[in-house]
Amino acid sequence: METFTYYPGCTLRTKAKDLDTYARVSAEALGIALEEPADWQCCGGAYTTAKDEIATKLSAVRTLNAAKELGRPLVTVCSACHNVIKQTNYDISRDEDMAAKVNNYLRLPEAYTGETTVYHYLELLRDVIGFDKLSEKVVNPFKGKKIAAYYGCLLLRPSKALAMDDPENPTIMEDFIRAIGGIPVIYAQRNECCGGYITMEDKAQAQKRSSAVMESAADQGADMVITACPLCLYNLKKNSGSELPVFYFTEMLAEALGLKEASNE
Amino acid sequence: MNKNIKEQVLRSSGVNVLKCMRCGKCSATCPSYDEMEYHPHQFVYMVEKGDIEKLMKSESLYKCLTCFACVDRCPRNVEPAKVVEAVRLAAVRQQGGNRLTPDMIPDMLDDDLPQQAIVTALRKYAK
Repeated sequence: METFTYYPGCTLRTKAKDLDTYARVSAEALGIALEEPADWQCCGGAYTTAKDEIATKLSAVRTLNAAKELGRPLVTVCSACHNVIKQTNYDISRDEDMAAKVNNYLRLPEAYTGETTVYHYLELLRDVIGFDKLSEKVVNPFKGKKIAAYYGCLLLRPSKALAMDDPENPTIMEDFIRAIGGIPVIYAQRNECCGGYITMEDKAQAQKRSSAVMESAADQGADMVITACPLCLYNLKKNSGSELPVFYFTEMLAEALGLKEASNE
Repeated sequence: MNKNIKEQVLRSSGVNVLKCMRCGKCSATCPSYDEMEYHPHQFVYMVEKGDIEKLMKSESLYKCLTCFACVDRCPRNVEPAKVVEAVRLAAVRQQGGNRLTPDMIPDMLDDDLPQQAIVTALRKYAK
């Protein structure tokens, strides 16, 4: 069994426990051990792009450095954590001024300058395990189910830093859907924003954005929508007014692997 | 024209606003276009002109979702969202400039709201 360092982030410990639990049981069944670093901190939820912001980037660097010291790649599941950690890693490996300020503050035994490899859980499935291997382990395929992958913004952009897939014509989640036996549904809004944190101060805008996403998926005949992001799940379920079910992709994975019932016991 | 603020925004964003050719693609793709008084291409243009105080007082600052659509789709790699962020930081870093404070959070909660929404909003709207 291969071991990876695993960063769950704040929401996977609280409102998005399903996203975390199903990720862990599925990884284990696929021969991957996920180990949390000690004392991880919340990533902050959003990457601050400003060059004169240093403090807001430190928690992500601490996580990246913990993975480096453990000598293993880092795996994330939450789209927001992934985005913050990937953007931090991208900038610290290219922006010498930022790297110097961060390292002056942290005083690590060895300076951190972007050495850690970061995988989103979907990339772990695609690049480490392989979707073909995954499909061999599926015992409950989603036969005939039309599943709409919702990427949103955070998994794909900015594409220079995230480098997961083609930001305008992504395939990783559709390939995942095929691997678990479903039929992927392509729809126009799959990589447009759900409204994100604007739900905190402008419900109308969040309703407008999330309903546009759900209507677009429904128009293309989707039976359900899957996401990797707790805030997308919230907006699509609570703010869209749509009846279309929304699930975490890890829940679908666990169900396809026949692990869902056991992990709820 | 306030030269200090312009220099601060340019330095903080790391954006070269002169690369913009004003095609408007950033604003055309912005999911918050209808909610904004000033649109992404106007942020870039107004920062170039040093007309930043109007932006700092505008509600548009808090409508950007940081979805990076404008950043990825700009044909000139201008990265307008970074300009919006730099102007927003210039506004919320001022004394009393916080848009959101922790004491406002309890009234915003519901049973399903993920923690991610709260930490992200605080990072965006407060210092």
